[in-house]
Amino acid sequence: MYKIVKKEILNPTVTLMQIEAPFVAKKAKAGQFIILIVDEGGERIPLTVAGTDEEKGTVEIIFQVVGATTLKLNQKEVGDELYAFVGPLGEPSKVEGKKNVVVIGGGAGCAIALPMSRGFKKAGAHVTSVVGFRNKDLVILEKEFKEVSDEYVPMSDDGTYGTKGLVTNALEKLINEGNVYDEVFAVGPLIMMKFVVLTCKKYNVPCTVSMNPLMIDGTGMCGCCRLTVGGKTKFACVDGPDFNGYEVDFDEAMSRNTMYREFERKAYDDACNLFKKEVK
Amino acid sequence: MPFNMRPTKNPMPSQEPNVRNKNFKEVALGYTEEMAIDEAKRCLNCKNKPCVAHCPVNIDIPGFIAKVAEGKFEEAYEIISESSSLPAVCGRVCPQETQCEMKCTRGLRPGSEPVAIGRLERFVADYHNANFKGEVKKVPSNGHKVAVIGSGPSGLTCAGDLAKKGYDVTIFEALHLAGGVLVYGIPEFRLPKAIVQKEVDGLKALGVKVETNMVIGKVISIDELQQEYGFEAIFIGSGAGLPRFMGIPGENLKGVYSANEFLTRTNLMKAYKEGSDTPIEHAKRVAVVGGGNVAMDAARCAKRLGAEEVYIVYRRSEEELPARKEEVEHAKEEGIIFKLLNNPIEIIEDPETHLVKGMKCIRMELGEPDASGRRRPIPVEGSEFVLDVDCVIISIGTSPNPLIKSTTKGLDTNSHGCIIAEETTGKTSREGVYAGGDAVTGAATVILAMGAGKHAAKAIDEYISSK
Repeated sequence: MYKIVKKEILNPTVTLMQIEAPFVAKKAKAGQFIILIVDEGGERIPLTVAGTDEEKGTVEIIFQVVGATTLKLNQKEVGDELYAFVGPLGEPSKVEGKKNVVVIGGGAGCAIALPMSRGFKKAGAHVTSVVGFRNKDLVILEKEFKEVSDEYVPMSDDGTYGTKGLVTNALEKLINEGNVYDEVFAVGPLIMMKFVVLTCKKYNVPCTVSMNPLMIDGTGMCGCCRLTVGGKTKFACVDGPDFNGYEVDFDEAMSRNTMYREFERKAYDDACNLFKKEVK
Repeated sequence: MPFNMRPTKNPMPSQEPNVRNKNFKEVALGYTEEMAIDEAKRCLNCKNKPCVAHCPVNIDIPGFIAKVAEGKFEEAYEIISESSSLPAVCGRVCPQETQCEMKCTRGLRPGSEPVAIGRLERFVADYHNANFKGEVKKVPSNGHKVAVIGSGPSGLTCAGDLAKKGYDVTIFEALHLAGGVLVYGIPEFRLPKAIVQKEVDGLKALGVKVETNMVIGKVISIDELQQEYGFEAIFIGSGAGLPRFMGIPGENLKGVYSANEFLTRTNLMKAYKEGSDTPIEHAKRVAVVGGGNVAMDAARCAKRLGAEEVYIVYRRSEEELPARKEEVEHAKEEGIIFKLLNNPIEIIEDPETHLVKGMKCIRMELGEPDASGRRRPIPVEGSEFVLDVDCVIISIGTSPNPLIKSTTKGLDTNSHGCIIAEETTGKTSREGVYAGGDAVTGAATVILAMGAGKHAAKAIDEYISSK
């Protein structure tokens, strides 16, 4: 069992947890992910490693409550234990050898963008972090981003935080100001990543994206997480999760991600009702 | 004692096809004591014992059957367990018709059937599991540490044999439950998971430690197991890996599964149960592409999940179907439709929903034998047609898991990515590292994996003893 040693509500739907998992803590690197099961019999869900503390033997995860399983996870408190926690899975991100990079995070994707900014910075790059949120209430990790970034460019859909507009507007502005980047790293909703790639293509800037498809075992057995990359079938769990954004078939990935939408919605409603009852 | 000279086997009591294809309970119900004794008396205890030679783990088959005939079931169990660690599993999933039963003296004459060795093995194991009350004899530890990677049939066998010799064995399993393919792949109705759990518990009683949620190659490397954690020998039984796809248009549409994914959702994650947290598509018309045991399992699961029509689409003819005969028979009885000599060329998308709308196939005919010795299927020009399905399950095999290969220096693999290991010992190119099962052979059977685990256990014992 894997004990929760810290829980912090980052915004109304995004939570940070530190989980006791010393073996994973020792090995996990930026860009890798874990798979957890909240309670026995539950679903396996992949979450990117947000940070590790090797001395304490803990792994940090940040998740958005989007479905039944994340809702159940969010009900757990410090001292509770998770049924399963396995990792690190996937290939670590490549942060070495870059001079000037932009890391783009969208919404809860910022939880994955942060360790990337940190990783690039540690490896000696000049890091510009562009973060996008729907509004001010949903902002997460502002202080942490500022600590690890040379420039912090916040954006929001409604203008209540940073500049009003999309992350792609910010990226375009940075490029038009004459900045030359050797990589843009994007993580967030698929539609955001798709348009970041299109923007990068326009200006001929290399772009890496972190994919988060549906997954079951996460160890290269089931094939659920397959994507078309450069016309070939790739498996996000062992070949990724990072891919050259230019080559990813985003439309297919978006379609595949909606496979169980109806089931997920019903499971979420059921879980909501269950917790409401328990509260009474 | 008089022999029973009836030419045919005692039939296996089973759930009716039209009942069982709507539930996930076990299909075959097992012999009663009377049936087992009656069947055991069909064995002539012949001198040349072809059955023993054709068993990958060389169980003393006439020996245990003689005990069954006498009604001494526990003694029969002891004889089997000298050679096999998983009799309740093997009695259910071994391809007996191509092994022990194939050359049985009783089955040689036309119209006569071999002794039902598999059914008797299952009976003995189930009898033991239900009635044995004694303590498992724990062997005193010899202080030598061995790591086993993967808890499928090869790993469980290797761990069991080494524990019986006093080794301090730790099994590392990547998933949250032990059992490997016995748990995620083979369905409940063919191999109840409680039986696998019982076998795993048996190993734990022998002192074997089982560490789940540990992906070796990622969380700990082979080198670290040897150098930092002090394991003197390692057995790699990490199993088959990534599913293969055909490379035809439409394979990544919603509603196209690999058999591994479909079976993992159904078996390991229990998606067939009402209220499961893991979703699965309850399709109406399903095409399963492939003709092996895994394809049969997927087809029968799809039927049980409520599909009205389930097709097996296979490019060769019935004769070449790689699945066990019994599985093919069971599938047919349950209403699975066999579309033989057909090959898929495209999966068709419903442009509005992006779901599967159909599968375009082409008819095939058989030409000259190819490298595999089977007749090569050749497309019949102009014979394309569309099969009306809303779900496609691809079951055309797997390639070995890349995680250990890519993180272990000096571990030789072949062009397919399979670990190269000596057949009789499981010895790899790395000292103290042994391997067996699907990680070495590519997708094969449970019993072959068990045989490999057994050989490796013997070789590991010799390696450590001689140091």
